[in-house]
Amino acid sequence: MLEVRFHGRGGQGAVIASEILATAAFMEGKYVSSFPYFGVERRGAPVTAFTRIDSKPIRVKTQIYNPDHVVVLDYSLINAVNVTAGMKREGLILINTVKNPEDFLFDVKIIATVNASEIALKHSLGSHSAPIVNTSILGAYAAASGVVSLNSIKKAIAEVVSRMVDENVASAEEAYKSVKVMKK
Amino acid sequence: MIFMMKMLTGNYASAWGAKLARVKVVAAYPITPQTTIVEKIAEFIANGEFEGRYIRVESEHSAMAACIAAENTGVRTFTATSSQGLALMHEMLHWASGARLPIVMSVVNRALGPPWSIWSDQQDTISQRDTGWIQIYTENNQEVLDSIIMAYRIAENENVLLPIMVIEDAFILSHTMEPVEIPEQEKVDMFLPEYDPRYKLDPAVPMGFGSLVMPEGPFMEYKFKGQEAMENAMNIIDEVDMLYKENFGRSYGGTVEEYRLDGAENVLVIMGSVASTAKDVVDKLRNEGKNVGLVRIRSFRPFPYKRLRYILKNRKSVGVFDRSYTFGYGGALFTEVRSTLYGLSTPVKGYIGGLGGRDITTGLLEKIFMDIIRIGNEGIDRDYEWVGLIGDKRW
Repeated sequence: MLEVRFHGRGGQGAVIASEILATAAFMEGKYVSSFPYFGVERRGAPVTAFTRIDSKPIRVKTQIYNPDHVVVLDYSLINAVNVTAGMKREGLILINTVKNPEDFLFDVKIIATVNASEIALKHSLGSHSAPIVNTSILGAYAAASGVVSLNSIKKAIAEVVSRMVDENVASAEEAYKSVKVMKK
Repeated sequence: MIFMMKMLTGNYASAWGAKLARVKVVAAYPITPQTTIVEKIAEFIANGEFEGRYIRVESEHSAMAACIAAENTGVRTFTATSSQGLALMHEMLHWASGARLPIVMSVVNRALGPPWSIWSDQQDTISQRDTGWIQIYTENNQEVLDSIIMAYRIAENENVLLPIMVIEDAFILSHTMEPVEIPEQEKVDMFLPEYDPRYKLDPAVPMGFGSLVMPEGPFMEYKFKGQEAMENAMNIIDEVDMLYKENFGRSYGGTVEEYRLDGAENVLVIMGSVASTAKDVVDKLRNEGKNVGLVRIRSFRPFPYKRLRYILKNRKSVGVFDRSYTFGYGGALFTEVRSTLYGLSTPVKGYIGGLGGRDITTGLLEKIFMDIIRIGNEGIDRDYEWVGLIGDKRW
């Protein structure tokens, strides 16, 4: 079973990101579950969301404590939340940032970065102060992890997202191409 | 056969259940984390996919009052609520069951404040135990959808005619997306024929409902019929579950689900979605050579005491997990299980935890199983205890 934990802030779309990823894996014939952990329900508050993917039915319904992969939708969370808590060392962390993977010292196998905020804004997703980065970061995730194909992410976006589908798909494609990956 | 699989949250599964059951009237008031059930139904109706009528009301008390009135006219009704909303409905819950109206309601289990909490525990529904409603607790989103369809079949049975709560855990089911198979409408229509009660409000055939009765009159006899209906429901829930399997290929055990009880000496009794995680824990412990098993109570009312006594009678020890409390004694499920096993030598211990949405981890469940094994060997140390409190190093 693959366990993915998303860290975002309210309004960035972390919960929808976990749903799109689950839907994409489901379309590829996998068993999945996706669920949020809401803190306070307001914009800007830290939000955690989880996706599980497996080749057999998933029964466990706890939160994810030892994720294989961590996706950080907001760079500022790195100083506010222990985003790598319990993470597996052979895991992958993907961060929305202007920085490069080499700038991070996380003790995990794969570190990836993408400027998802810039890509989202270029495609008019969200506002300058609150870009909606979930679909861009999923394009980057597909490239960095290889867990699902970009094509499945695009199909899942069309299924889950109700408006601005073309812009969201274009963001995912652009992030897929521009993600930077460093493997130890 | 065409299978339609969709990624659904527990709440959307619930809305799909109501749609497939061809509910005629929905009256509801939104409350977190139930809101998306009624939002989805409103969307279905706005899109013309759902023929039912949606009544917006100003409170849960009115939602149930509207359902009662609609159901009295002989149409299938549905509502959904949670937590404080269910508590506000309390007076009307008695009316719905007393008037023998087979209303089906989705309840999303959420803690009752204060302190304020939007997260899951079963305190809200356990507190409504004595309102005369059948209570079905579900484990996953597929079961939420299937249980709503089954609920109408059970509730509308002439030997039952009682309202049913189909209960799902907040967030753990309500906001979790899982693949869910949507049954074909034609098959659901065959399983669930149009509701046509013998007695209803009809200007052509005037009748009185809910009149005053004197102490010498039929009040007690009327309530006794409610008791009989609950006893009847016990078998009918099991029968409908088997019938559902014949028609749709899925079965949940009716009133009780048994998991790996073959040769199990130490058994945990549990309700709700935590059973799903507990099954993984049972598998792990079985692989380590421990003879543990799991019983999931689906129907808390009626309480399947006969079946449960039969299932548990020769076990070495039994533990009961309650995700709710009744201050002053052990949990409600614990007291029911222990009284069911009265007179047998099996030690029964209660565990209370997971309140206000506190995660019930595999680690905690494993410790509970080890404690059940321990009381099987050493005898019982205390009747019940709270598990997973901050700072309690034992748990």
